[in-house]
Amino acid sequence: MMEIKKIIELLDAKVVGCQEIENTKVEYGFSSDLMSDVLTLREDNILLITGLSNIQSIRTAELSDIKAIVLVRNKKPNDAMIQMAKESNIALILCNYSMFKTSGLLFENGLSPIY
Amino acid sequence: MHLEFSVERGDFTKAGEASSQIKRTLKKLNIPSKVIKKVVVALFEAEVNVIAHSYGGNITCIIEPKYIKITVTDTGPGIPDLKLAMTEGYSTATQEIQELGYGAGMGLSNIKKNSDDLDIYTEAGDHTEIIMGFKINNEE
Repeated sequence: MMEIKKIIELLDAKVVGCQEIENTKVEYGFSSDLMSDVLTLREDNILLITGLSNIQSIRTAELSDIKAIVLVRNKKPNDAMIQMAKESNIALILCNYSMFKTSGLLFENGLSPIY
Repeated sequence: MHLEFSVERGDFTKAGEASSQIKRTLKKLNIPSKVIKKVVVALFEAEVNVIAHSYGGNITCIIEPKYIKITVTDTGPGIPDLKLAMTEGYSTATQEIQELGYGAGMGLSNIKKNSDDLDIYTEAGDHTEIIMGFKINNEE
């Protein structure tokens, strides 16, 4: 399990959306720009790592009980995304790294893959 | 409890609104979280299908003490080959839909995986009706 605040530190990232879950822990990382694949996951405590910066990524996280999303490749969320993330208690973690580097850093530091 | 929602064709900004409202209702009713996740994932897949592939439709959700029944009905154009459409990875989604992160051909098979009972009526040139049932097992 890894605390959100450790993820923020490892990725030199900043958080928008829900700010109050820095002590929340996640167990698994899942990197995908395809929300169809995210919806097939059964596990709990997942961190979604994606470059898909649109309202659909927030909605998919909300409906999949995902509490934190790392938005990679320096993608900027729009106001509607930030608003939906706040309403759904989802932390949006903004990171300048590529999906590959982000995933590698988190894996190296103990975040588990789902499969 | 009986809930109804209409789903408009092509309006992806609203995709998941019905699923989200049903999720909130189920939480208030203290339905186990594992059941809620199965219901909302299956329903969200169906909702996206209606928006992406149909002329529009509606969702009816009936919540009983031990069972949740959700019917998703559209007004056409029907699925020509349901068996093929149920195959993982088979998709007729446009590039626009795929750019939104959907349309990987997982929807119908994921609905099947998440529902306890599933009944699908469809025919090319007619409408499609998906009836999903979920058992509420409080021990889960």
